Amino acid sequence: MTAVSQSGRALVAAELRRFGTFVLQELKPKGRVLTPFNVISGAIMLVAGVLLTIRFAKGLGAITNLSQDYPWGFWIGFDVITGVAFAGGAYVLTFMVYILGQEKYHPIVRVTVLNGFLAYVFYAGALLLDLGRPWNVINPIIGNSFGVSSVLFLVAWHFMLYMMAEFVEFSPAVAEWLGWRRVRRFLGGLTLGAVIFGITLSLLHQSGLGALYLMARDKVHPLWYSEFIPILFLVSSIFAGLSLVIFEATITHKVFRHRVGAALHGSHDDIVVGLARIAAGTMFVYLFLQLLVFVHGQRWSYLGTGLGAWYLLEMVGLVALPAALFIQGYRSRDLRVIRTAAVLTLLGIVLNRLNVSVIGFKWYAPVRYIPSWMEIEVTLAVIAAELWVFRWVVNRMPVLGTAVGLVREEPSREARAGVLAA
Amino acid sequence: MDRRDLFKTMGAAAGTALVGGGLKAEEPSVSGVEPVGILVDTTKCIGCRSCEYACADAHKDAGVEVTDEVDFSAERVTDEKHWTVVNRYDTEKGTIYAKKQCMHCRQPACASACLTRAMHKTAEGPVVWTENRCMGCRFCMVSCPFDMPKFEYHSAVPRIQKCVMCAERLAEGKQPACVENCPAGALTFGPRSALLEQARQRIYAAPDAYVHQVYGEDEVGGTGWLYLASVPFAQLGFRTDLGTTPFPTYTREFLYAVPVVLTVVPPLLLALSRASRARAEAQTDAHDEEGNA
Repeated sequence: MTAVSQSGRALVAAELRRFGTFVLQELKPKGRVLTPFNVISGAIMLVAGVLLTIRFAKGLGAITNLSQDYPWGFWIGFDVITGVAFAGGAYVLTFMVYILGQEKYHPIVRVTVLNGFLAYVFYAGALLLDLGRPWNVINPIIGNSFGVSSVLFLVAWHFMLYMMAEFVEFSPAVAEWLGWRRVRRFLGGLTLGAVIFGITLSLLHQSGLGALYLMARDKVHPLWYSEFIPILFLVSSIFAGLSLVIFEATITHKVFRHRVGAALHGSHDDIVVGLARIAAGTMFVYLFLQLLVFVHGQRWSYLGTGLGAWYLLEMVGLVALPAALFIQGYRSRDLRVIRTAAVLTLLGIVLNRLNVSVIGFKWYAPVRYIPSWMEIEVTLAVIAAELWVFRWVVNRMPVLGTAVGLVREEPSREARAGVLAA
Repeated sequence: MDRRDLFKTMGAAAGTALVGGGLKAEEPSVSGVEPVGILVDTTKCIGCRSCEYACADAHKDAGVEVTDEVDFSAERVTDEKHWTVVNRYDTEKGTIYAKKQCMHCRQPACASACLTRAMHKTAEGPVVWTENRCMGCRFCMVSCPFDMPKFEYHSAVPRIQKCVMCAERLAEGKQPACVENCPAGALTFGPRSALLEQARQRIYAAPDAYVHQVYGEDEVGGTGWLYLASVPFAQLGFRTDLGTTPFPTYTREFLYAVPVVLTVVPPLLLALSRASRARAEAQTDAHDEEGNA
């Protein structure tokens, strides 16, 4: 045993201790604990904990209104199918920045990727709550039973792989937080590969969520069913994701004002206006596709019914109108108009996904499914838990207004010290 | 850097192409084995519900029960405790009874929807469910055109429940319990092709007693259970709008696109990324030169 190796070991031990204290320090909450938001969201999560205990002890029927006619309800229709569409912003923005080289949008990539990653983690988590036999969830992954003819097999694999890709895209922020410069450089080198892989996966599983309903062709109302559901889901995920980015930027900009870096602070308005324009463009493409499907599917006869009016509300009130508002907001650089448009668009996406998966599903059934308050409560708890983690990360890691991945320069030691002190 | 990116991307894409390359959208037809089926002649059914009792008796362990008092005025459907039900229909030719249960499709939507192959079609004909594979996602229920898989919502260890055509009895060389216990001779068990011939024979022998259609011969690509009736099948609560295309076909095109997208899109994105970076660098260079001049 030489003196050198002993001192080396002592150095490693000291380094590990320092790392441990740092992480423990970071785990503690910053700021006041008993804020109204914390109290309310904490209570929601506690109630959900009780409800989920009942659910796992007595079965799904104990807290949900699911039935033999409605095997998929609010947890799938909203948490998973709508949630994943909302998380589409990550693949759209990484495409614009890393593939098209639109550097203007670089400052919001990191927060969008974080949002997308957390959305997948929590919504995939919500999927586990809905599974009747969740302990078998690894079966399609470990290979003892590959159901390769299933669209859900594809979606499950892609959820998992995409979560990994998004984590790799976000990982430089974690390395910066921990002060690991060499790891940071290595992870930064993986970004482009992860982005390309992530975009490809997103194309397939965003459309795949629509393809889940291809075999339910006789169950989904003809105003919402078409063979083009996969393409409609994919195109709408683009402006759904962008609208969520606009909506989220508005909120984080207020709530995490102290964490917003100079790069984002200066260009925030420009970014939002630019996103509004792209959202509007994709919405017009979507409307045109919907029109084609409408004519092709000979849907006129349904317009006179109650669900026909509901359909028009979705297409005109929550797609065409916000698209026009996005254009107007872009022309006059009016952020309030753009935010209004974003909220309307998000409502339109919620409506569309629920119309396919719940409202228009078995529209002919004598007993319709309406979610129980407990299903909605658990959904709120999932969102609350996601917000807690999001806040924890944003308050510690360089997320807002700092560039991700391919940035050329390392943050200086001083800057990092500043980040850690904040 | 560029070449490494290329390899990384290609490697990742190839990896997913392998796992995601699901081109098999239907169960294989095993040559040499003639799949079995059951022919229901609704003109012979007397509505005694012996089949329901026999089913409950044969599948007690799976939790199947039978309801003693049944009010025929409302149409019943199968559920997690009743794998088969007999319904009464008032038709243009008077009262007709029809037994309903899983149809055991030749290319089942439920099996192609199952991501763990828990639901699968056996070479002998029955569509069965394997408990230790199923993760309870209920996609089979969403996909089945006849709404036959049922779920135990009030169990912590829920099962998917439906008629399994007594696959375990078939393995012992016996007939399905309902067929064996039908006192009216309304149910016939045998190889599907032989049943089809017998069904046609009955129609030709008594052309006025039957509508000239065997329900299940072509519906959704053909089903294991076949039906004969004296009135159009819509009057007996059968869906007649399902078409003759096997349901797995509807997702096959989408699944075919998967390996194509996974292999073509990543190189395209990489090329696009390099092109846009080269353009940005050219612009920066031009800008620098202007600044220097």
